[in-house]
This record gives sequence, structure tokens and C-alpha cells, in this order.
Amino acid sequence: MTVLTDNRAQIIEISKKALPEHIVAFIEKCRQEPEPESQLIAVLHMVQAHFGYLGKDQMKAVAHLLRVPKAKVTGVATFYHFFRLEPRGKILINVCLGTACYVKGAEKIAQRLKDELGIGFGETSKDGMFTLENSRCLGTCGLAPVIMVNDEVIGPLAPDEVPMILERYIKKAKAEAEKSSPQ
Amino acid sequence: MPSSVQEFYQTLVARAEEAFAAREEGKKIVIQVGSATCEHAAGSREVLDEFRKHIISSGRKDIVLRQTGCTGRCSREPIVGVFIPGRMPVKYERVDRELVHDIFVQHVQGGAPITEHVLDAEQNKVSEYEFLFCDSSRCGWQGGLRIKDVFTEKLRAAGVDMERVKVSLASCFGACGKELAGTCSHVLVRPLKILYRVKSEADLDEIVQKQVLKGKIVEQLRVGDEPVSQEFFDVYGDVAFFNRQSRVALRNNGVVDPESFDEFIHYKGFKALATVLERGDPQWVIDEVTKARLRGRGGGGFPTGAKWTSATKNEEKIRYIICNADEGDPGAFMDRSMLESDPFNAIEGMIIGGFAVGAQRGFIYIRAEYPLAIRRIQHAMELCHKYGILGENIMNSGFAFDIEIRLGAGAFVCGEETALIRSIEGERGQPRIRPPYPSQSGLWGKPTVINNAETFANIAAIINYGGEWFNRLGTEKSGGTKVFALAGKVRHTGLVEVPLGTTLREIVYDIGGGVPKDKKLKAIQTGGPAGGCIPAKWADLAVDFDTLTQAGSIMGSGGMIVLDEDDCMVDIAKFYLSFSQDESCGKCTPCREGTTRILEILEKITGGDGTVEDLDRLERLAKLVNRSSLCGLGRAAPNPVLSTLKHFRAEYLAHVVDKRCPSKRCKALLHYEIDAEKCIGCTVCARNCPAECIAGARKTAHVIDAAKCVKCGRCFEVCRFDAVIRT
Ligand SMILES: Cc1cc2nc3c(=O)[nH]c(=O)nc-3n(C[C@H](O)[C@H](O)[C@H](O)COP(=O)(O)O)c2cc1C
Ligand code: SF4
Ligand code: SF4
Ligand code: SF4
Ligand code: FES
Repeated sequence: MTVLTDNRAQIIEISKKALPEHIVAFIEKCRQEPEPESQLIAVLHMVQAHFGYLGKDQMKAVAHLLRVPKAKVTGVATFYHFFRLEPRGKILINVCLGTACYVKGAEKIAQRLKDELGIGFGETSKDGMFTLENSRCLGTCGLAPVIMVNDEVIGPLAPDEVPMILERYIKKAKAEAEKSSPQ
Repeated sequence: MPSSVQEFYQTLVARAEEAFAAREEGKKIVIQVGSATCEHAAGSREVLDEFRKHIISSGRKDIVLRQTGCTGRCSREPIVGVFIPGRMPVKYERVDRELVHDIFVQHVQGGAPITEHVLDAEQNKVSEYEFLFCDSSRCGWQGGLRIKDVFTEKLRAAGVDMERVKVSLASCFGACGKELAGTCSHVLVRPLKILYRVKSEADLDEIVQKQVLKGKIVEQLRVGDEPVSQEFFDVYGDVAFFNRQSRVALRNNGVVDPESFDEFIHYKGFKALATVLERGDPQWVIDEVTKARLRGRGGGGFPTGAKWTSATKNEEKIRYIICNADEGDPGAFMDRSMLESDPFNAIEGMIIGGFAVGAQRGFIYIRAEYPLAIRRIQHAMELCHKYGILGENIMNSGFAFDIEIRLGAGAFVCGEETALIRSIEGERGQPRIRPPYPSQSGLWGKPTVINNAETFANIAAIINYGGEWFNRLGTEKSGGTKVFALAGKVRHTGLVEVPLGTTLREIVYDIGGGVPKDKKLKAIQTGGPAGGCIPAKWADLAVDFDTLTQAGSIMGSGGMIVLDEDDCMVDIAKFYLSFSQDESCGKCTPCREGTTRILEILEKITGGDGTVEDLDRLERLAKLVNRSSLCGLGRAAPNPVLSTLKHFRAEYLAHVVDKRCPSKRCKALLHYEIDAEKCIGCTVCARNCPAECIAGARKTAHVIDAAKCVKCGRCFEVCRFDAVIRT
């Protein structure tokens, strides 16, 4: 349990600032309902969806607002593979290494991606563009071997198609960056 | 007030039917496009847009566009259906933008199907009529020859143009009642949606004379009730991949629009729930489920009726029900597809389950990796609230029940029921010792029933068609069907639902179309990391919970991976072990340390350093981990090793004795050499070799420096003269 001290109000204020409004509102709603602490994983999902990863300050804020020990937040965040504790690149590539993909040559796709991007699993390219990860199964085994780029599943894929796909996403990201940056 | 439930339901039906009728689909041309994760990956959204544009610019008001979920025909997506009133439904495969244009102009507007792009065009001709005969072992055709052949002969004798008519075999329609089983057979006439019950050759003559020649319905042979999968067969019955299936859990997949409440009602949705709430007797529901001999589809095969009964025996009245949609088996995607393509059905099953066991709250635990499934379930739940199907006083019955979604976060062990419960409570998902079982003490210490998503998907059908009926679909020991996610080295990958007792051969060959590229089938893997590999020579094994266990594998949740001669069994065992080792939650030593040690030995073997003694050590260790681990993950983790050791010992021996990998998969055991006779000195290999260890002048034979070679295989892949030898 969080120890209640004099500066509680202040801590709550700081915590609220660390999180976007909709997450603070969600936590407050949960606090009115039975078993609020059971929503910890849901809250962490929201934080990751918003920031792309779980930062230290955000995890601390979640602990204070949801009133669960910080150690538990860290424990949960590290137990589940889905949670990321480091910032990710603009483009997240998830290579499926599940059985169906494995027997259809997923390792070659993975190797090609590593070669092209110059990074390994769990790493982000220096320019902050790509993060490479692997997954247990994306549930689209019928299309194996597959990768997921941001939210898009691509498959079946041959290693030689990798450079083309990277090129396509770089272009897309650049176009978006140009659109959003003021001239 | 019992009658008010029916009134409530009838109001829903009337409203839905009105909305459905207003679309006038019977008079219009319907273009149907699938929409689910795989379909999207294959480009179905672009296809949908393109059709929309075409319809708008054609200015025609008699063409409508429908969206459905996925039928589970992964390798041929996107699939587009064109339904012209009174004509046979036509489905196209691998549709892209250009094909959309042709389909629209030639078929939709011009009335002429583009035969070469029809789904499974190689075996599928477009005909006017199709007669689908039940070919299941339960069917009681007494007339000697196969009924299909008898009928075809009669058509010929009557001078029918065989181009117009197609005669095919289908899997069980589930239409033979108890008293009829073994005395008759059934035939579905497409596109008329008429089901005939035939007992004798005279009945067949009647159909030829009246139906085929005069176009009149033979009323006295007609079956009144629609079989469970009639709509499905009506749309997809012409394709072998589909008509060899029996769809119960998946009956609406690819038929219904997963985002439309009205369509679900139109296809008998919530009828079962209305029946249950009208009767108001939980015990009756449990009795039907028990009679159905429904066994849990999550892997263990525990009888669902017994599980539900044990929860009701508890004094505690606060109870929970959980739908397990964690689907962690890599290579399985049944639950995803069901939730994406028919979300209301899962919800209906859960509410009925909740009523039967006296639960007030339900939880759906879904993997976070399935965003579309989550969205569709969420959407379906909102509509259910809106129409009084969830919440207080469901369907006016006084029963109150609600469902919440909880997301997994990528931990395989959370599929295990006690771990899953911890995870819903917001904790690290570590299993605990059972007993007590969740049905005694589960979520927050209360009695909790936890069932797999497919288990729930069967419930409404059991209520609608009866427990007896469901029971008959399966084998003596287990009722119903099982959905498999067929993937790996098989021509048609996708979702396959067959009656329990169907053989592996029927699934892989008749439905899956066999192994591509003329390769030889080596094994069939079932049960994922907890299962094993069944050798090709056992392909005639009838699939059931017990038969698979006897064969050294397990049913599991339904992943089925076909392996061919290029797959190394030691490598596959290593693959699964590295999975289990990585996913072990670390709570108990046998699993945490044991899987690590097993994996080390397997790595030693595939690395070329294994000995014959290692095989014995492997077996001992595997049995130890199996006996002494705390939860199912550790207990089942050695299965892939034990089953491959049992069935493919020779392959292990080749690795440790001859230092050879017969399937040429284990890198460390391969050698690359260039055949000087065949090499023409084109230099391609040398230019592609990452280790720069291939030497030779242009137009002279090249040589590999084996000491430097990193065995990447590039040279073998790029040489167009078969000069690189891999041994
Ligand atoms: C490691 C492990 C993973 C499991 N994963 C799943 C899963 O993904 N889905 C599932 O329904 N059951 C899974 N189970 C089985 C569940 O513990 C539980 O038996 C099942 O959900 C009960 O539902 P059923 O009776 O309808 O089969 C898993 C079990 C173990 C030991
Ligand atoms: S068997 Fe493995 S997964 Fe199960 S509790 Fe033990 S360590 Fe955890
Ligand atoms: S690619 Fe084949 S033919 Fe060409 S140099 Fe290499 S081994 Fe010889
Ligand atoms: S296997 Fe790879 S490293 Fe070895 S010779 Fe061939 S290309 Fe070079
Ligand atoms: S194994 Fe790759 S998507 Fe399932």
C-alpha cells in the first residue's frame, strides 16, 4: 500500500500531469468500481498505446493514482512481453516467429530485416525510424510467413521483398512528417 | 412472466426482419466481401472501396455491397461473392483492384462469371444446379454403390446436360434425427436451399424426374427444418475445401455481417438464449450440454456439463464465468476468427453459460495481439446493451448479467486457467496449484467457470438443435465438431471444422488439398507446444481427444501444422522447447530449469555435438519435467520431444551418429561443395557469398573454402546450374 503522507495531494497532482486526461479519467472511474486494482493491465495498455512505451514517470503515476505499490506495477510491466519499457521507433516491425511462419522460413525474413536495418530484436535504429520485434503468432498463420508493420499484417512474404516494403514505409513516414510539419 | 421473454424476442425478430427485408436482398445483386485480419492483410478493404466506387458510378440501385467476416480460406483471400437472384452463388479468389473491374463489368453487369478466377477454379466449374450428397459415415444410404454415383448415372440416363448440373459430396449436414440415423441420406440442392431426405433409388428417380427435368419441388421428400449449416453450404457448398466440413461453431463465419445485430438475429441469433430464459431452468441447460457430450475446446477436453455442474454445487452465490480467448498456441487462429467473424455467437454462448451456472458477471480474456477481434466484440457488446441482451433484466426475464473485456499482454502461460485468473485480477500471471479448481475457488476466491471461446461458440447450436443432435455429430466419447487452424506445408491453409472422428488424412488431403510442390508429408503437428508430431503413416487416425493422446500428441486448442520432408523433427522439437523455455513463468524449478536443460541438449544435437547417450538423457529429463511441474505448461512442454523421439528416432540418430541432418535443416550439419563438372563459372555464387569464400575465375569451375564457409546457403540458392551440392 502507498503510505499516506502529508504531500499526498501534491503527489497526486504530479501524477495526473504525467498522464493524458483520458487515462486519468479512466483510473478515476475504475476507482469507483469494485476491484479497481484489477484494471492495472488495462491502464498499462492505455499508457503504452499513448506513449508507445511505459516510461518510469508514467508507471509511477499509475501506481499513485490506482493506489497499487510501485513494485507491483514494475512487476506486471516486466512479466508481460507485450509491454515495452523503452521508446520505440516510428515504424514498428513485428516478425512472426510462430510455428506456421517458422516452417515457412520466418528466420530468413528475420535475418534479412536485421541485415537491412542493422539492428537486432528489441532494438531501435539510430535514426529512430524502425524498431524490430518478434511475436509468437499474429493469428494469421494461413498467410505465413508474415510480419506486422505498425498495425498492418503483410504476408506471405519472401526475403527479397523486404527492402521494397521498408522503402514503402519510409516514404509513407516521410510524407506524413512533411504534411504535419509547418512549411 | 415466462411468455414475455418470447414476446421480447419476437419483437427483436420482427424489427430485424423488417430491416433485413428493407434491403431487398432477394431481388438485388449482392456483392459480398470478407473483412477480418487476414482478409485485410490480403487487401480486402481496397477491394471493398473499389466495388463501392463502381456501384456508385454505375448508378444502379439494384446492387448492394455486404461485408462479412472470414470463411477461413486464408490462402485464397480476398474472397468476393457475387449473388444474383435465382443463380448459383459465385465466389472469386485473390481478388485485386483490377479483377474488381472485370467482375463488375462482365459478371455483375453482364451476367457472365469469369470462370478462371472462381475460387478453386481448377476443380470447380460454374453450374446451374448443384446436388450435394451427405458423405458422412453416419449416413444410411443402403443402395450399394455410392449414392452420388447412382444419382449421376440416373441423370445421364435421363439425358440431362451434365454441364448444367454438378453432383458433389459433402460432410454431414447434421440433419438425421436419432430415429433416422442409418436409414436415409440427405441431399442439398443449390441454389434453391432445399434439403431432400432420400431412402431409396425411387426417391432419387423422383428428384431427377421432377426437380431436374421439370423444375418442381418434390414436397414429400423435403426436410422441413434447416440444418445448422444450411446458409453456409448455400454460399460455399461448391468448394471441396468447404463442403467436406461440418460447420457448427463456425456456422456464421463468412455468412453474417459481424457488425450487424439484425443479421445475427436473422440467422437465428439469440433464439437459443430466448429459449433458455423462457424455460428459466438452469438445470435443463446443463442437462442439454451434458447430453451433447461437449468437451472443452481449450485443450484439456474436460466435459463442459460436469464443469458447469460443479460450479452450481457451490454454496457461494457470487459466481463468475470467463471466456478464454488467449489463444497462445503459435499457429492457431480459430478463436480470433470466430470472434472477428461472429462475435455475437460467443456472447450468446457466454450469457447462456452464465445463466446455467448462476453467474452475474462474465469476462472475455483476449490477447492484445488481436485488435480487430477486440473491436468487434466491443461493438457487439454495445449493441447487446442497446437491445436489452446484456445488463439488467435480459430479454425481460429478470436475469441480470454483464460482460467485461480484459486484455492479455503477451504471456502464453496466461492461457492456463489459474494464471488467467491472476491476470484478470491485475497480477503477474503465474499459475497456482489445483485443487481447488476455479469452479470451487477462482476469480477473487469465488466459484468461476472458465471455458474456451470455441466451447462457447457451440452452446447456442446445442440449445437450438438439441444435445442429442450434437452428440451424434461426434464420436462415441465426445460430441460435436472441432475447429482446426490448418497451416504449414499444406495447399489450402485456413479454418477447418469437422466432426470429431474425422481422419487426419481427410483433413490434410480432402480438405487441405495435400502437400504443395509434390513434397512428401512427414508429420502432422497438433496441440502446439503442448502437443506432438504424428507421423504420416498414422494419417488414418480418427481425430479425437483420446486417440491423439494415445498417439503421443494432444488435441490442444486446434492448431494443426503440416510438416513435409524438408522439416527436421529435431529442429521442430527444438523450436517448441525454446518456446516453452521462454514462456515458462519461472515459478517452479522442474519447468524453469528442466526446459532450459532439454533445450541445451537439443541445441547440442542440432549443433553437431550430440551423442547417443544424449538421447537417453533427453528422454529421462523430459519424463521428469512432465511428472514434476506445477502447471500444464511444464507438464506438457516435453511432449514435442517425447513424441519425436518416439516416432522419429532414426532422425535423431542421424544427427548424433552420422552427424547428418536428413532434412537439410540444421545448419551446423551441412556442407557445401561445388561440382566442378556442372559449374560453368558464371561467378554468381562468388558474388553472393557473404563470407567471400568462393574462389574461381570467370568461366572456370569455382571452389568453396570450407574452413571459411558460414553455411548460409546463398550459393545453393543462387546457382542456376545445380552445381552447388549440399550434403
Ligand atoms: C500453458 C497453458 C496454456 C493454455 N492456453 C489456453 C488458451 O490459449 N486457450 C484456452 O482456451 N485454453 C488454454 N489452456 C487451457 C485452460 O487452462 C483451460 O483448461 C481452458 O480454458 C478451459 O476451457 P475448456 O474447458 O472450454 O476447454 C491452456 C492451458 C495451459 C496449461
Ligand atoms: S510449470 Fe512452468 S509455467 Fe507452470 S508454474 Fe511451473 S514454471 Fe510456471
Ligand atoms: S553459381 Fe553455380 S555455375 Fe555459377 S560459378 Fe557458382 S557454382 Fe558455378
Ligand atoms: S554457404 Fe554461404 S558462406 Fe558458404 S560458400 Fe555458400 S554462400 Fe559462401
Ligand atoms: S505462426 Fe505466424 S501468424 Fe501464426
